[in-house]
Amino acid sequence: MPGRRSLFVLMALGFGFAFLYLPILAMIIYSFNASRLVTVWDAANSPTLAWYVELFQNAQIMESARLSFRIASLNATGAVILGTLAAFALERYRRFRGRALFGLLTTAPMVLPEVITGLSLLLLFVALQDVVPWLGGRGATTITIAHITFSMAYVIVVIQARLATVDRSLEEAAMDLGARPWKVFFVITLPLIMPAIASGWVLAFILSWDDLVITSFVSGPSSTTLPQLVFSKVRLGVSPDINALATILVLIVTVCVVVAGTYMVRLERRRARDAQAAFDPAS
Amino acid sequence: MNTVSAQRAASTTTAGGPYVRIDRLTKRFGDFVAVRQVSLEISRGEIFCLLGGSGCGKTTLLRMLAGFETPTEGAIFIDGVDVTQVPPYERPVNMMFQSYALFPHMTVAQNVAFGLQQDGTARAEIESRVREMLMLVKLEGYDKRKPHQLSGGQRQRVALARALVKRPKLLLLDEPLGALDKKLREHTQFELVNLQEKLGVTFVIVTHDQEEAMTLASRIGVMRSGEILQVGSPTDIYEYPNSRFVADFIGSVNLTEGTLVEDEPDHVRIDCPQFGGTVYVDHGVSSPPDATLSVAIRPEKIQLTRERPEQADNVLSGVVTGIAYLGDATRYLVRLPTGFMLRVTAPNMFRREERLAHDETVWLHWHASAAVVVTR
Amino acid sequence: MSSPAERLADGFRRLRRAGGGQLGRWFVIALPYLWLTIFFLVPFLIVLKIAFANIQLAMPPVEPVMIWTADKVLQLRLHFSNFAFVFGDELYIAAFLNSLKVAGISTLLALLLGYPMAYGIARAPGAWRNILFLLVVLPFFTSFLLRVYAWLGLLGRNGPINDLLLALGLRHEPLQMLQTDYAVYLGMVYSYLPFMVLPLYSAIEKLDLTLLEAAADLGCRPTKAFFTITLPLTQEGIFAGCLLVFIPAVGEYVIPALLGGPDTLMIGRVVWDEFFGNRDWPVASALAIVLLAILSGFVLLLQRVQAREREA
Repeated sequence: MPGRRSLFVLMALGFGFAFLYLPILAMIIYSFNASRLVTVWDAANSPTLAWYVELFQNAQIMESARLSFRIASLNATGAVILGTLAAFALERYRRFRGRALFGLLTTAPMVLPEVITGLSLLLLFVALQDVVPWLGGRGATTITIAHITFSMAYVIVVIQARLATVDRSLEEAAMDLGARPWKVFFVITLPLIMPAIASGWVLAFILSWDDLVITSFVSGPSSTTLPQLVFSKVRLGVSPDINALATILVLIVTVCVVVAGTYMVRLERRRARDAQAAFDPAS
Repeated sequence: MNTVSAQRAASTTTAGGPYVRIDRLTKRFGDFVAVRQVSLEISRGEIFCLLGGSGCGKTTLLRMLAGFETPTEGAIFIDGVDVTQVPPYERPVNMMFQSYALFPHMTVAQNVAFGLQQDGTARAEIESRVREMLMLVKLEGYDKRKPHQLSGGQRQRVALARALVKRPKLLLLDEPLGALDKKLREHTQFELVNLQEKLGVTFVIVTHDQEEAMTLASRIGVMRSGEILQVGSPTDIYEYPNSRFVADFIGSVNLTEGTLVEDEPDHVRIDCPQFGGTVYVDHGVSSPPDATLSVAIRPEKIQLTRERPEQADNVLSGVVTGIAYLGDATRYLVRLPTGFMLRVTAPNMFRREERLAHDETVWLHWHASAAVVVTR
Repeated sequence: MSSPAERLADGFRRLRRAGGGQLGRWFVIALPYLWLTIFFLVPFLIVLKIAFANIQLAMPPVEPVMIWTADKVLQLRLHFSNFAFVFGDELYIAAFLNSLKVAGISTLLALLLGYPMAYGIARAPGAWRNILFLLVVLPFFTSFLLRVYAWLGLLGRNGPINDLLLALGLRHEPLQMLQTDYAVYLGMVYSYLPFMVLPLYSAIEKLDLTLLEAAADLGCRPTKAFFTITLPLTQEGIFAGCLLVFIPAVGEYVIPALLGGPDTLMIGRVVWDEFFGNRDWPVASALAIVLLAILSGFVLLLQRVQAREREA
């Protein structure tokens, strides 16, 4: 079995990855196409960077990208803070009143269709309009609140999984040596779950950066996020500057993932080497 | 070092009676009773072992001493002070965890220094005490390593150093040698005892390994289902078990049931149907006349001979059905005419001797003091 | 031994200590709890309330459900008409059924493609495994919207697929691919494939290879071993993967909106249109409630099946 992979599996892998990546590749290639028709290759004038220039000159796109970035960072930070607290409560406080409901509330946002989440949050903001006036003018604030609410659930899953692998006796040992509970959390628990907090932050950022449906419900006329703008443009058909935008995003993400990936692999290797060195009498 | 002597001087003045006193301690988890009405007294400088199988409540008892679990009922006094409600971070007690619980993101030195830092000890003193401690556990030069760069034995010593550096009144050790391989374990056992003698700290050790308990402990408490069945020195526990469970749990034993047929203050005779005869014991037994008793005989206390021994009592014959040569001794399985299987261990005193063979008929006998009679 | 003053001080210290610990714990639980209650539970209850309200021509466009009348009576008026309307209209029923059909078919397709992929990755040699794993995750981090958009160009009338078909002479005129259900299936499988592969991968990777060796040793051929050993033991991964694809697919809005035709009725889109287009909040809410009920039903059913499988 190991060593002899069947042709079928190899073909599925090849087909699957082609399926995943060819559309992205096509999008990148077309971003250098001079033709406004996007998929009709204008051999005379291509490749060209014209659409990139146009993209960066498009104030509307730049403005919404900035807004999206701001909301996504704010959301990620908020979701990580609340998510860490919630994950800690779920993982470390086995029994407390209302735990069942709490467990439900922390997982349900993942299962709930976005349309329902968006709808219900909008209804809340409308109802709160008279009570809390600053929520009334829907915009960046309401979008951020909505994003924190649904991305928090994903952050909780990531952090809770990591927390479960942190040996409880580490926390007990710290307490045994005289550290008070809050200090145990900051000096022992937090550093140990840091990788999960970082990936939780990235996950929450991406979820917010990418979200269209919930945003559309809770945003106001003055605030248009990047996905909203992209959606309104592509609804009318393909558009060459969107290809340029997609290419840039793919590039950024790829670089980030590759850097993070190699860093992790290197870390893993060093750990393995260190552990081996410990048993080597020569060292 | 003068802090230690000062501490000692201070504590000796207040110490009247036992150093650690556990008073009718009970711990319930929902309906489950993990520890039931346990009372125990431990003296200063003792190595006390809590011995029992998994789920017997020994770890829960230890965790109550450390302060990780709050007792449902009862109280704990250390050096005369009621610490029952004191949180773990304020107890004069430190623990060495079974998993060692070394902080993976800190170096060896940082791990050892952690406890002192919590007390706000001056930096210079922390440094000197950490160095001193690492020297004591023979880990000089390892201070900048991270736990994952250490071998199992080294980790164990870091954990020990970390727990001892605060000079606790009481050191709790949860299966201290459980994660080490056999060779290292034997070596470490003696190191642990030496260290304890040098520092004079009172140890409470939890273990499921009876050999570990026998070598380390000055006294052992045998636990089963949340209760302490017997407390005593290793010799007491082995030679004078007070119940079938203790006799069976510590070492190997032949157990059979019987009834009193002769009950005198200086000796008794017990009829054991499974032996097909009576057992003569050279001491009295306090038990109602018709009660069923258990007779326990250790395998090494039975002698095997080819010829019929001269003594009149405690003589049986049987057929050898199993032989296991272990080097230092040989274990035999002997079937009595009643079908009962008796375990016998014989030392291999001579390099060349005519050893017993399978299916050979042999005589077995033991001294009148060899058998232990238990009523529970 | 100690003076009353000392004892008092000790008592205060103990009180503060207990209070401090409890306070921290309370804070850790209460903060996220409060947030989720206000921004998740309460909104959901509002949806429930509005589903029973009557539409009116004002802002907000619903009549209140509870009215405190002049003669001090609390009036509760629950309009079941919205639900009657939803269940009475063939359009809504069709939208629900079509959503389930599209999501079901997409899930099945994703499973058929995802399982061999996950298997291939899990059985790939060490270094390759990490790279392939990253390659599956990577698309998830690039914008969902843009990935759906990529198909707009590919499937278009003068897109490369049609070019290829024409060049090969398989068609004489461009094939209408966009604005069909097939384009929606394609978009769904494309977008949610990583969600299918990841749980399958971790299930297959966990599988003890010696089990397969034991099966081979006992005379079981690889194909048979796959169906009798691998497949049953990776069932949990299959359940998880299907759930992760099916649930979001049922309520999906973007994919049918971009790739589907005007007659591709899916419930997410209907709720959206009901809310933004018709401004009929009560019916949109009622639709949301029914959708949620259906999804909860599926989740519970699957959980029960899984529990029974585990018992057996």
